Amino acid sequence: MHRRMIGALVALSLGACGASSNEVTLLNASFDPTGDLYEEFNAAFSANYRTPDGKRVSIGMSHAGSGKQSRSVIDGLPADVVTLALENDIDQIARRTGKIPENWRTLLPANSSPYTSTIVFLVRKGNPKAIRDWDDLARTGVSVITPNPKTSGGARWNYLAAWAYADRRFGGDEARTAQFVGAIYRNAAKLDSGARGSTTTFSKQGTGDVLITWENEAYHLLIESSHGEFELVYPSMSIKAEPPVAVVPGNADRHNARKVAEDYLLHLYSPEGQRIIARNYFRPTDPTAADPEDLKRFHPVEMVSIDDPLFGGWTAAQKKHFDANGLFDRIYQPASKP
Amino acid sequence: MTEAEKAATAQQRRQKQAIGEGPITRGVLIALALAFLGVMLIAPLLVVFIEAFGRGVGVFFEALTSPHTLSALQLTLLVAAIAVPANLVFGVAAAWAIAKFDFKGKAFLLTLIDLPFAVSPVVSGLIFVLLFGANSALGPLLDSYGVKILFAVPGIVLATIFITFPFIARELIPLMQQQGSSEEEAAISLGAGGWRTFFLVTLPNVKWGLLYGVLLCNARAMGEFGAVSVVSGHIRGQTNTLPLHIEILYHDNKAAAAFAVASLLALLALVTLAVKSILEARFAGSLAAQRRH
Amino acid sequence: MSAPAITAQPCGKPPRAKWRRRSVLPGFGLSLGYTLVYLSLIVLLPLAGLAISSASLGWNEFWAIAFDPRVSAALQLSFGAAMLAAIVNTVFGVLIAWVLVRYRFPGRRWLDAAVDLPFALPTAVAGIALATLYAPNGVFGAFLENVLGVKVGFSALGVVFALMFVGLPFVVRTVQPVLEEIDRETEEVSATLGAGRFRTVTRVILPAMFPAILTGFALSFARGVGEYGSVIFIANNLPFESEIAPLLIVIKLDEHNYAGATAIATIMLVIAFVMLFVINLLQAWSRKWFGHD
Repeated sequence: MHRRMIGALVALSLGACGASSNEVTLLNASFDPTGDLYEEFNAAFSANYRTPDGKRVSIGMSHAGSGKQSRSVIDGLPADVVTLALENDIDQIARRTGKIPENWRTLLPANSSPYTSTIVFLVRKGNPKAIRDWDDLARTGVSVITPNPKTSGGARWNYLAAWAYADRRFGGDEARTAQFVGAIYRNAAKLDSGARGSTTTFSKQGTGDVLITWENEAYHLLIESSHGEFELVYPSMSIKAEPPVAVVPGNADRHNARKVAEDYLLHLYSPEGQRIIARNYFRPTDPTAADPEDLKRFHPVEMVSIDDPLFGGWTAAQKKHFDANGLFDRIYQPASKP
Repeated sequence: MTEAEKAATAQQRRQKQAIGEGPITRGVLIALALAFLGVMLIAPLLVVFIEAFGRGVGVFFEALTSPHTLSALQLTLLVAAIAVPANLVFGVAAAWAIAKFDFKGKAFLLTLIDLPFAVSPVVSGLIFVLLFGANSALGPLLDSYGVKILFAVPGIVLATIFITFPFIARELIPLMQQQGSSEEEAAISLGAGGWRTFFLVTLPNVKWGLLYGVLLCNARAMGEFGAVSVVSGHIRGQTNTLPLHIEILYHDNKAAAAFAVASLLALLALVTLAVKSILEARFAGSLAAQRRH
Repeated sequence: MSAPAITAQPCGKPPRAKWRRRSVLPGFGLSLGYTLVYLSLIVLLPLAGLAISSASLGWNEFWAIAFDPRVSAALQLSFGAAMLAAIVNTVFGVLIAWVLVRYRFPGRRWLDAAVDLPFALPTAVAGIALATLYAPNGVFGAFLENVLGVKVGFSALGVVFALMFVGLPFVVRTVQPVLEEIDRETEEVSATLGAGRFRTVTRVILPAMFPAILTGFALSFARGVGEYGSVIFIANNLPFESEIAPLLIVIKLDEHNYAGATAIATIMLVIAFVMLFVINLLQAWSRKWFGHD
């Protein structure tokens, strides 16, 4: 009996990763807010693409928080491509498994970010707390919803956007900047572990005065809530969120899918890919390919890049701000629990 | 009625009252129990169905018939179809050994069998990540043979088996202990073989308890969330079970769809409870044991 | 599981001299062997993996993680909330058991069946239902916040409510059978001897039920400490405020911090062991002094 059970398990496990022979299967491990984007993009890609020997491609999706996805791939999730929220999450895979080359960021155009976004505020109808800019988030009595930057990739961009604003405002005085960002986080009514959790908290459960979120998430919510429940506020300054993508050769090579995986990601940069990206509220890297109606949504806003000397790239920013006992731990912990 | 009789009746009434409560106390206690159960248990159940149909029947059926829901349902059924029989065989073996024989270390063995009850579901998932993950000894070895455990169906099955491990054993052991082994001993002395004795004597005696254990094991197997969430990998259409699918829909701003899928599992819970009540009412005698341990 | 899953021992004590008493029944080797192999493969081996990972941390690192303020806060919350929920569940669980056993009223059978709902309803379903009810814009949440000024959803109190939901049946199902078996004659004697009803309940009935109540409390508590699925939807998961220990394990894992996850999991596992041990002691005590189990 037992042997039969093990046999069944093995058979199942083989069944789970193999696919029918006239089809190549790709697995894309992505972060939460890209569900609709990739649903549309995958359909478009599969419709026309054939491998040199004429096979069709079907794409499986796995969505979860960016950090969780990174951990899953490290622990063996057989993703052929990763499309995550943070460079660091892909770096971790590269460093810990060697399944991705260390120079992955240089292998695709635009720093391997086929789409970008920025950090904005979503407030309730009529903006009752008169929230215009980052200063209003640090005010007492304002209840802020943002995910936990320790666990959510998206939330790190939120945090760094606030940091960039404060750095300018206090002329580079790090102590005062930290104080300001700490005040915003002490206003947090709920620190969800992922960006999606925060959106749910704000929209469905009526908690909080302002949601700090990605522009694409904000538009999603604006358009899905039909009766004008929410309003979008662009701060005076924000950050250019560059969610990166990469092929995982260590996984793709195992079923000869590296070429397909590369073509799949390259298709994101194609006019069709860019058009789908803009339609799903992400900012395209090549606006000329997108529908002008979609582009109208994206207000011009001053955006700092992660490669700005203020942050010095993700590796430095990660270490300084988010690692254990980094700045976030220091500004958030002691004040919240005296 | 004589004075003496009247006095006796009054005495009786007083005594009856003394071992029961007055109608007011009684009413208040019943009302309190009803209110607590209503708020704590019934209201959440109602909310599931109300929200499921909140955006109309169309959304409800659309959610239930979407490919992702169907594949999640398929996986959930598959996982239960493996986990429940596996634990059933174990439960019967363990109950036979523990109930029909006396040996040392029995109490310790029972504690070990109970262990998965007390372990947090998250910890149950974590142990399989540690065992089969990339940093483990086993994971890369199996991987080199192309066997996937983690982030594939086998991992989900293993975590579910772990979580539901004691359910059937725990129903059967007290029942079989209570029934003793005289009937089996008689069958054996009359020349019946071991398997024959088991199937013709033991099994009919414990079948309702067994069914009851299977039901509860099944409900838990289909509903497990924490452990499965840690080992699943969340591949849509492949490794998402119904509870994980509910979480995804809920966080994807599709609350009505989330509740529609949730209502499916809630319905399963209701069926489980209904069958259980029927079993208890009809076969009170042969089920008595589990009310006693 | 329907009733607490704890050790029931056969009536006769095995003779001390031999490892096991001889029996005419066959299949001891097979059934015990299978039980031990399956138990080892599914439960013991994975748990040993956790223990080994944890041991490789070394004491210093282990203690540094265990006494990290955020980890201690999460552990404190998990235990505090589980304790509070178990206390409330004990009070209402005894009340519900009392009403179910002692009173006859329309709908009693329905009520009895409903008690098991948390056993059958998946925790994720319970989680989204509770979150919807107790959210600031939910039916109960709005009432509690506007009328009583209490915030339940997305607060530490939300954790307690979720744990009350999952833990309630344990108390009812442990106390109920004991209450059914209590000899009404003792009550009558107490009443005849002139004790008031209140005195009879507190001096005669409650002491007899005490071990069962304590066991129900312990089971409800043990279940609550590890609960994950229902809590994460209703709590706001703020570190130091409403972040439970199982969630922190998940967070540590997602931060690639295997050491942290392992250390917290080990602490919770040890506690689970201790809880089971205590529950088994309680049951043994109950059998010894009160003659029922």
